[in-house]
Amino acid sequence: MIKLQDICRFFKVGDETVHALDKVTLDISRGDYISIMGASGSGKSTLLNMLGLLDMPNSGSYQFEGKELTTLSEEKRATFRRENVGFIFQSFHLIPRLTAAGNLELPLMLMGMAPKERHTKVKDALANIGLADRANHLPKQLSGGQQQRVAIARAMILKPPLLLADEPTGNLDTHSGNDVIKILEELNASGITLIVVTHDLELGERATRKIKMLDGKIIEDVTSEKPI
Amino acid sequence: MRILDTLGFGKIALTANPTRTLLILLAMSIGVASVIILTSLGEGARKYVSAQFETLGSELLFILPGKRETTGGLPPLLGTSPKDLTIDDALSLKRSRAIAYVAPVILGAAPVSFASREREVVIFGSSSDLKAALDLPMAAGHFLPDDDPRNAASICVIGNKLKKELFDNKKAIGEWLRIGERRFRVIGELSSKGQSVGMDLSDTAIIPVASAEILFNKASLSRMIVKARGKESLDKAEADILRTIKQRHDGDEDITILRQDSLLQTFDGVLQTLTWALAGIAAISLIVAGILIMNVMLVSVSQRKSEIGLLKALGAPTSQVLTLFLSEALMLSIAGGIIGVFIGLAGAKMIAYFIPNFPVQTPLWAIAASLIVTIITGLIFGSIPASKAAKLNPVLALSDK
Ligand SMILES: Nc1ncnc2c1ncn2[C@@H]1O[C@H](COP(=O)(O)OP(=O)(O)OP(=O)(O)O)[C@@H](O)[C@H]1O
Ligand SMILES: [Mg+2]
Repeated sequence: MIKLQDICRFFKVGDETVHALDKVTLDISRGDYISIMGASGSGKSTLLNMLGLLDMPNSGSYQFEGKELTTLSEEKRATFRRENVGFIFQSFHLIPRLTAAGNLELPLMLMGMAPKERHTKVKDALANIGLADRANHLPKQLSGGQQQRVAIARAMILKPPLLLADEPTGNLDTHSGNDVIKILEELNASGITLIVVTHDLELGERATRKIKMLDGKIIEDVTSEKPI
Repeated sequence: MRILDTLGFGKIALTANPTRTLLILLAMSIGVASVIILTSLGEGARKYVSAQFETLGSELLFILPGKRETTGGLPPLLGTSPKDLTIDDALSLKRSRAIAYVAPVILGAAPVSFASREREVVIFGSSSDLKAALDLPMAAGHFLPDDDPRNAASICVIGNKLKKELFDNKKAIGEWLRIGERRFRVIGELSSKGQSVGMDLSDTAIIPVASAEILFNKASLSRMIVKARGKESLDKAEADILRTIKQRHDGDEDITILRQDSLLQTFDGVLQTLTWALAGIAAISLIVAGILIMNVMLVSVSQRKSEIGLLKALGAPTSQVLTLFLSEALMLSIAGGIIGVFIGLAGAKMIAYFIPNFPVQTPLWAIAASLIVTIITGLIFGSIPASKAAKLNPVLALSDK
């Protein structure tokens, strides 16, 4: 599904150049469950943002199902994100003034879907994450785990094939963290490609393919024989 | 994204911070209201002056000796100096069917005395036509008699102020005044009513034009005041005057004709400009409101960074983020504009109520223009924060916590 070839991403800070990604080459197949681990500053988030087209490489090639993405216009990249990528963040990024339903509705609204159609989709999505009765609650009225579940539902509401999660459990206690992981793994089981950046060894070990990064390079890439 | 959704998204964002929103609405509406109130006053003044001219009658023409070039250029070097306007010139104009009255006028200043009181005033040498042309009302007695203006009778009509100064409340009719070296009998007193703009006769004495010729020792008229037979006769009257005088002055068109209606147009133009100037000054407050919108929106953009990053992650292109923020600015400015129109109209009504003599008239163009300016203000000052939002790097916007 995804082919990264010699992807470089560097930042100039003063006189120094930080190589956040240094010639990263990576193949990802549809349905993969990948964890990315490594020390702070090793380039994990940068890689994830690159895969989601939020960031652009300085050099190298990124092919998605045979199509080169590095040459896309800003408009096309936005469309690619909407159709193919769901993002999950450590800090949820729910819009505080919108209710759970309002946050879920956002991607549908941005693409111009009719209100009626939106409402049925939102209702179904809320039921799927077990928050049907919380539709009209604001994010601050929800627990962290509930907020992250809303964020996942929002990322998946347009059914993108790729789900990118940057420390999805970083702000959660073990219990709600496990809930979130369960949902993510269920999604992966239904065929969605799941890539999780984490510092949590236990979580990292659950993935079928484990990638380790250091100083912008992939230093380890192990695929388990048997899926869990 | 649907328009209604865009507006709904903006509405939620604006109501989430009511104090800030109200502050901007206040600034915007004060700006619009002041545009409307000031133009209402300017327009009222314009209408008031027009009305004043109307009561004076716009069928008047003023004839001055000599050609005044209003188109610029040097005066003719070898041309003959203008001929004097005479009483006979005035009488000859009366033959035109377009002309109702012709009042010859000699103006001068002379001391007027009665008993021990003396006063230096303007003396009008004229004829009975002056009363008819200017519609002068009498307080007592009667005006100059309708006889041959070449008669140098020793009679005079005095304005109400002059009467007060010389006679107090005593009867003036029949008394003899001294004007310059000659004595005149008072036959009439002008009323204070009916005095119009630029035509104050209250502190003057009016004597027969032939007497004025002798008094000031000159045979030329200062001007003639002509009243046409209705507005539609004005052009014909003007043509007749030019033709007649040219004929009498050996082919020289050596007079200048000022028309009351063109004077009115001049005044109208001046006051129109004044109204626009007032509107312009008030519009500055709209710019201030615009700058306020810009600043508040800039703060809002930096506070909503992560939201902007999220919108982009969800697939919103730059143009959509721009639209979202621009429409917030527009909603603010348009709402402020509409509130301002209502405040302005109410303010104009209040002024009309408290100063009933001053005509207040809100011109429709001011309402339309201030709304348009509001929209433009919103667009211009909103576009800066909106494009700042649109240009945000999503990675940085999302990581900024
Ligand atoms: N916008 C930027 N400007 C300058 N340097 C940057 C920028 N973004 C990332 N970097 C640098 O690139 C390197 C990789 O950053 P990245 O965020 O990918 O690390 P990470 O592996 O996600 O770390 P963490 O585990 O702390 O989240 C770091 O050294 C970081 O300082
Ligand atoms: Mg990171």
